[in-house]
Amino acid sequence: MGDQALVVEFGERIDITLSAHIAALAQRLRDSRPIGVLDIVPAYATLALHYDPAAMGSGASPYETLCDIIASWLETQATAIEAAGRTIEIPVCYGNAFGPDLDAVARSVGLSSGEVIAIHSGSTYYVHMLGFVPGFAYLGGLDNRIATPRRDTPRAHVPAGSVAIAGEQTAVYPLDTPGGWQLIGRTPLQLFKPDSSPPSLLNAGDQVRFMQISAVEFEAQSRAAP
Amino acid sequence: MSLTVLQPGMLTTVQDCGRTGFQHLGVPVSGAMDFFSHRIANILAANDTREATLEITLRGPRLRFEKDALIALCGAELSPTLDGIPAPEGKPVRVRAGTVLDFGRALAGCRCYLAVHGGFDVPVVMGSRSTYDTARLGGLDGRALRKADVLPLGAAHGANTYPGLEQQLVDSGHSFSATKWAVNQHIEQLRRAPQIVRILAGRHWDAFPSTAREALTSGEFCVAPDSNRMGCRLESEHLVTGGPGEILSEAVTFGTIQVPPSGKPIVLMADRQTVGGYPKIAEVATVDLHLLAQLRPGDRLRFELTSLAQAQALWLKREREIITIREAVEPRIAQ
Repeated sequence: MGDQALVVEFGERIDITLSAHIAALAQRLRDSRPIGVLDIVPAYATLALHYDPAAMGSGASPYETLCDIIASWLETQATAIEAAGRTIEIPVCYGNAFGPDLDAVARSVGLSSGEVIAIHSGSTYYVHMLGFVPGFAYLGGLDNRIATPRRDTPRAHVPAGSVAIAGEQTAVYPLDTPGGWQLIGRTPLQLFKPDSSPPSLLNAGDQVRFMQISAVEFEAQSRAAP
Repeated sequence: MSLTVLQPGMLTTVQDCGRTGFQHLGVPVSGAMDFFSHRIANILAANDTREATLEITLRGPRLRFEKDALIALCGAELSPTLDGIPAPEGKPVRVRAGTVLDFGRALAGCRCYLAVHGGFDVPVVMGSRSTYDTARLGGLDGRALRKADVLPLGAAHGANTYPGLEQQLVDSGHSFSATKWAVNQHIEQLRRAPQIVRILAGRHWDAFPSTAREALTSGEFCVAPDSNRMGCRLESEHLVTGGPGEILSEAVTFGTIQVPPSGKPIVLMADRQTVGGYPKIAEVATVDLHLLAQLRPGDRLRFELTSLAQAQALWLKREREIITIREAVEPRIAQ
C-alpha cells in the first residue's frame, strides 16, 4: 500500500476468530516495537504496517527488508494465539431522549422496545477494529433479529456516547459527530480521552457487553465521570 | 513570548510531523500537508524538523509578534509582508517586536508554513501538537486560529542564532532583517500545470478494468472545490468505474487513491480516517505528496505510474536532500 505502508492479508471475510488472531498479532507486534514501524493497524481481515523507509537500513529495498522481518516474525507466531482481549461492560440508558430511534427500530423489526433492549443487552460483542473517528469501535455480533438499516437522512449531530445500530453492526459514538446510524441509547462513559493511556476505552480484540441503566443512574454516572 | 492573531485567515492551524502510533485506535495522523516545506521552514528557523509550524491556507492571517522573533516562511507564495514590506520566503528572517505579518494574493501553491524559532508552545497531545479539528485534538484548543487568539511561542533554545541578522536589525532600524542567501524551494514546480504526480498501483489495481486504469493514468483531473485536509477530491471527463464497489474495510494511508461508486477518485490526505471501505486503485508516491498538498481547487493534474522500488529510491534521495540542506544551513546559524 504505497511506499510507506504494507498490508498483510489473512482472509477475505468478517470472521471473529480471524479478527481475534489479527488483533492479538497486532498487539504482540506493537509490544515488540519493530524498528522504523510507526503504526500497526488491524482491520477485519488485514494487518497494516506504516513504516519509515529511511529507517530500514541500507539494504536495497526498504519494502523487501520489512517484508522479510515481518514474514520471519509471523512464522514464530504460527501457533494458535489465544484471544487476549478483555471484556468491557458499557452501561446504557436505552430509549427516550437517549435513544430517539429505539421505537422506530422496534417497529421496523416487529418487536417491542423492551425486546430490542433485551436482545441488544443480552449479547456479547466483539471489537473487529477501530476507525471512523478516534475511539470508534466496529462491533460484530449483533443479533440479526434487531439488525436495521441506517437512517435515510444522517443526523448532522449525534451526541457523544450514543449507542447505535446499522445493518448487522452496533457501535458507540465516542465524539459529537454527524452520523447515519439508528440511535437506541446512550452511555455515560467517555470512550475517548486524549489524556488517558491508552486514550481509547476499546481496542481491537476486546469483547463488549451492554448493561441497561436508568436515566437516574445515567445522570449520576455522568456527574461521576471525570 | 507570543503571537497575536489580528485576522485568522481562511484556515490557519498548528501542525507538526503528525500523531503517529495511535492509528489502531482510530486516531488520524494529521500533521503538515506539505511536510517538505514544513521541514525546510523549521531548518531555516534553527528548529528541530519535528517542531510545530503554522500551516497557512490560501488566504493568510494577519499576525503580530509581541517579542523579537526568528522566523521562516516556506511553501506557497501567498504574498507575505512584514509591516507592509514584502517578506522574503525560504530565508531566516529576524523580526522586531510589534511587527505585523500579513498576507496578500495567493500567487503560487496553496499552503505556506511559518516556523518560529522555539516553535509554538501548545500542549503535546498524544505525542503531537498537530491540530485535528474533528476530535478537537492538538493545536490551539484543538481548532484553527481565530481572531484575538494569543499563540504562545516556545523559548529560544541553544546558543545565539544568526547573530549577524540580530546586528543588522539593530543597525538598520527596520522591522526585519533577512539573509542574502535563500534555500531553493523549487517554487517553479508548484506552478506546473497540469501538475504531474507519480503513483504506485494500489491493492485493488487489478480489480479495476483496464478502462478504469487508463482513465486514471492518461486522463487529466481537476481538484474539486470540496477538497480539504482529509481528502483531495478529483473530477475528470472520464470516470474511474467498473471496480469492486466496496471492500472489507482496512487501513488506508497518506496518498491512498480510493474510488467510491461515483467513479470520482479521492486522494486521502493528512486528516484522513485510519481505515476505509472503498477500493484503493493506487497510492501517490510520498515524494510527490507535497505537490498535491499545494494544489488549489480548480488546479489540473495528471498521474504517472511508477514502481515501488523507484518511489522508495526517490524518497530516500529526498531525505538526503533535506539532510544536505540542513548541513548547509547549520553553520550559517552561528554567523
